[in-house]
Amino acid sequence: MTPPIRKEESFSFSRQTLEYIHHAAEHGLYEIRGLGAKRQLPTFDDLLFLTASASRYPLEGYREKCATKTVLGTRHAKQPIELEIPITIAGMSFGALSANVKESLGRAATAMGTSTTTGDGGMTPEERKSSKTLVYQCLPSRYGFNPDDLRKADAIEMVIGQGAKPGGGGMLLGQKISPRVAKMRTLPEGIDQRSACRHPDWTGPDDLTIKILELRELTDWRVPIYVKMGATRVREDVKLAVKAGADVVVIDGMQGGTAATQQVFIEHAGIPTLAALPLAVEALDEMNVLGEVQLIISGGIRSGADVAKALALGADAVAIGQGMLMALGCNSDHYTLEGKTHDASGDYAVIGTEPGFCHHCHTGRCPVGITTQSPDLEVRVSPDWGAQRLKNYLQVLTMELTTLARACGKSNVHHLEREDLVALTIEAAAMARVPLAGTSWIPGKS
Amino acid sequence: MDRVITLDLEKQTVREINQFLHHDLGESSARVEILNPFGVHNIAVGLDAPVEVDIRGHAGYFTAGMNKQARVTVHGNVGWSVAENIMSGEVRVKGCASECAGASGHGGLVVIEGDASSRCGISMKGCDIVVGGGVGHMSAFMAQAGTLLVCGDAGPSLGDSLYETVIYVGGAIHSLGADAREEPLTADDRATIARLLAAARLERDPGSFKRVASARSLYHWHAGADHKAYS
Ligand code: SF4
Repeated sequence: MTPPIRKEESFSFSRQTLEYIHHAAEHGLYEIRGLGAKRQLPTFDDLLFLTASASRYPLEGYREKCATKTVLGTRHAKQPIELEIPITIAGMSFGALSANVKESLGRAATAMGTSTTTGDGGMTPEERKSSKTLVYQCLPSRYGFNPDDLRKADAIEMVIGQGAKPGGGGMLLGQKISPRVAKMRTLPEGIDQRSACRHPDWTGPDDLTIKILELRELTDWRVPIYVKMGATRVREDVKLAVKAGADVVVIDGMQGGTAATQQVFIEHAGIPTLAALPLAVEALDEMNVLGEVQLIISGGIRSGADVAKALALGADAVAIGQGMLMALGCNSDHYTLEGKTHDASGDYAVIGTEPGFCHHCHTGRCPVGITTQSPDLEVRVSPDWGAQRLKNYLQVLTMELTTLARACGKSNVHHLEREDLVALTIEAAAMARVPLAGTSWIPGKS
Repeated sequence: MDRVITLDLEKQTVREINQFLHHDLGESSARVEILNPFGVHNIAVGLDAPVEVDIRGHAGYFTAGMNKQARVTVHGNVGWSVAENIMSGEVRVKGCASECAGASGHGGLVVIEGDASSRCGISMKGCDIVVGGGVGHMSAFMAQAGTLLVCGDAGPSLGDSLYETVIYVGGAIHSLGADAREEPLTADDRATIARLLAAARLERDPGSFKRVASARSLYHWHAGADHKAYS
């Protein structure tokens, strides 16, 4: 008689871990993938608003005025950035994304009165033309970086690192190095391209101070200079960026996305956005520059509620990358071409995944035409269709944000404050420095 | 040159001088003398005019950064990252240069008549760099295009992670970096060396240089290359 089958799954060696070890043993390669951390982390979902009641006075739903205007870069620049909403589009490269997607992002940002950002590989004429407010990244690779585009920029973002891979450089695998991408990056076509993890012309914060001054001199002190960092030693890093002269500090939490990097980086380096934000705010406060140096937070911002909570914790604005791609249909089972819906599941299968599970941006074979340079795929996002989808998404985020702000009695979204929040978990309470719901307890503080 | 303009860093700030160079040179060609630099950073950055600029003394970091068209000569030594991201024109240092000379340069010519320190030509993308003396460690790190010509010795890890830049070294090479290899010198190489020496106004025997280029074994990412290269 066969014995009864006993199934006892191991936590240490779960099916996912077994699959990882088997894959490693079979191929001798570590995994490279796109998007951000997939593991469960404390997030803004672990916070709740204490909206108005007898002790607070709410504003009327969607009717009463609730300002969303956001000004960035007031510290040194002659022309700070003035945005209609505190939701910006994060830096994503042409190369990682198709030219159609870059144009869609620019047009949607312009329609909503916000900014979009270049990425590794430089500025394309299409994105400059379609974007009223364009932030030009200065990255370690300096691919395509040049003084003409620098002078066309509305702000400059010095990228020290990003949340998906703090301390690690970038990768763009050969299948995405089309002739145009290769030319912009001065690299041979088809090679696996590595973006440096260190800047070529400065190393430490003292040099960064002089580098920032150089950029100011180059642009006649006209535009704001942001410093973007992946969230690791946030308190120290923010202080060094402020000391180096940043007008705006951008902190990208570990949920931030990437087009391609090592899985081990995505899941095991950096700290969650929720943990990073209060550290950054405290650092600005300790440097006595709150309100003088603005703070942008990014990394896994998805909804108007996330934006509202980020602002309540002290951010001046948020930046969104992955959410934008999802608004364009990332991980959807279909794409829309000339008004007709087409099934994309077969194209997910080709790259070994399914809708809902895809993180295969590195393959260059994006089934919905977003992270690709292939002519047959990139047509799946037309700039008209893409711009409308992204505008809708930004509009919903803004409406959700103002709805929550009004319910908290604020006539300006920037008046949201930490006092408006409580936490659902002890971890979130400790990280966000807000009381655990139903108590007055802030772990580590009270 | 029909006009000589004299600017003095003892009397004007670097900001005033740069703004003048960006906006007030006028249409006709000019020669500009910058006096008393005393190691000030960011002198003559972002030029975009066919102007000749002579900096009379030692200059600090990022001198002539992102240069286009202009011919800038520093009559002294410079700090870090002289002519970084140069696009065109010429930047000449009569003395020695500190780290990262010509970093990420896209075009034009950088001449260091003395020695250059470490990371000379790092990430260069098409400019030419000629060094009369030697260069320090990690020079031409991740260099993508253009030529680095070193008349003297090269420090450790020369050409680490090279792409398509070619390096010529007249003296001794301490060590090569990952994926860099010495290759035979061809007639084309000798012609390139002669052209660069002439442009830099230096006299050396073109046949006495060694050629270093990428072995291209890191062009395609795979775990084996990763481990071999960095173990
Ligand atoms: S659907 Fe496209 S954008 Fe989304 S994860 Fe897959 S490859 Fe990347």
